[in-house]
Amino acid sequence: MEQKITHHLTDEILMGYAAGTLPEAFNLMVATHVSLCDECRARVESYDAVGGAVLEEAPDHDMALAPGSFAATMALIAGGAPEEICTQHPQDAVLPQPLQDYAGGGIDSIKWRAVGMGVKQAILPTSKDASARLLYIPAGAAMPDHGHHGIEMTMVLQGAFQDDDDYFARGDVEVADSDLHHTPVADIHEDCICLAVTDAPLRFQGLLPKIAQRFARI
Amino acid sequence: MQESDGKRMQWVSHMVRIRDDRDQAAFAALFAHFAPRVKGFLMKSGADASLAEECAQEVMATCWHKAHMFDPARASVATWIFTIARNRKIDVLRKQRRPEPEDLAWGPEEEPDQADVMAMQQESEQLGQAIAELPEAQRELIQKAYFGDLSHSEIAAQTGLPLGTIKSRIRLALERLRHAMK
Ligand SMILES: [Zn+2]
Repeated sequence: MEQKITHHLTDEILMGYAAGTLPEAFNLMVATHVSLCDECRARVESYDAVGGAVLEEAPDHDMALAPGSFAATMALIAGGAPEEICTQHPQDAVLPQPLQDYAGGGIDSIKWRAVGMGVKQAILPTSKDASARLLYIPAGAAMPDHGHHGIEMTMVLQGAFQDDDDYFARGDVEVADSDLHHTPVADIHEDCICLAVTDAPLRFQGLLPKIAQRFARI
Repeated sequence: MQESDGKRMQWVSHMVRIRDDRDQAAFAALFAHFAPRVKGFLMKSGADASLAEECAQEVMATCWHKAHMFDPARASVATWIFTIARNRKIDVLRKQRRPEPEDLAWGPEEEPDQADVMAMQQESEQLGQAIAELPEAQRELIQKAYFGDLSHSEIAAQTGLPLGTIKSRIRLALERLRHAMK
């Protein structure tokens, strides 16, 4: 398996994924991280189990079904399983399957857009209540300051970055809320590719004046 | 063995009969128990009665079609059905795709160990009991988190949810799967 992941998702996010109340972009973050992290997969499935227990014990579970409900269901079954559009992508060294679904293929098929100072991004198609993008940060460069207002999660897919005393490698997620002031810097050994999601309004075009390129002090 | 443990194991054996024998009587029992719960879940999540009815039927039909995907060493039947209903909710009510993690393959050739299945079903039972014994206010919050549309930021970190043991159990099942995939 992968090297040890040391920065995980929060309980709040994992429970929201199990309950089905997160914005789509956050769901994509969870699905991507869990693809690489069995610890969080087990935590998500524990929260699924809470959902199962709630379903089982719901106080007013005697919701009346429509007359003929069972027969209608058997007729549905007789109609055959609905066709599933389930595209299995070839394994990619950078993008786990759920990300390939949104990116439309492996890392080589990404259409990057330069946002300045060597940083590139690709916005992924999710619902509007939050946004997801891939970021490409040249080795040793500072990550763009999104000036975020809300929850922001950044997960490393390739390379690594350093934020103060914390080091984030493939699979690690940095979860930041608006209080945290951070200045992550990509590791000098390799260009860094991240998945970043935020529930703040997307404001990325023209943020470039704020970026001050810095070189890692490693 | 407690009677209620038996109940969860019984649902597991119903699923096996649906999977292996396409057993309609087993499915009828599963339907009678779970379809009203799924309908109630969807109505609390904002569906009107006729949409909830339609989706509940689809969810139960999915249980039939995907019976071979159910892994009783990893989840109770109620948990598995909950995840199907939740996905349907996201699809139909929120009109979004639901990104899922990469699959860990599980197939009939890797029939889980019966002791693991029993242990998992017992953990599920104990989790249900632990939730039932939580203080009223906290239990309601959890119900709302799953059955209402409480947003993730409204869900305070869930302290006191005793998930340690079921998590270790699932972790073990995942390790076995990883091992089997090698
Ligand atoms: Zn994790």
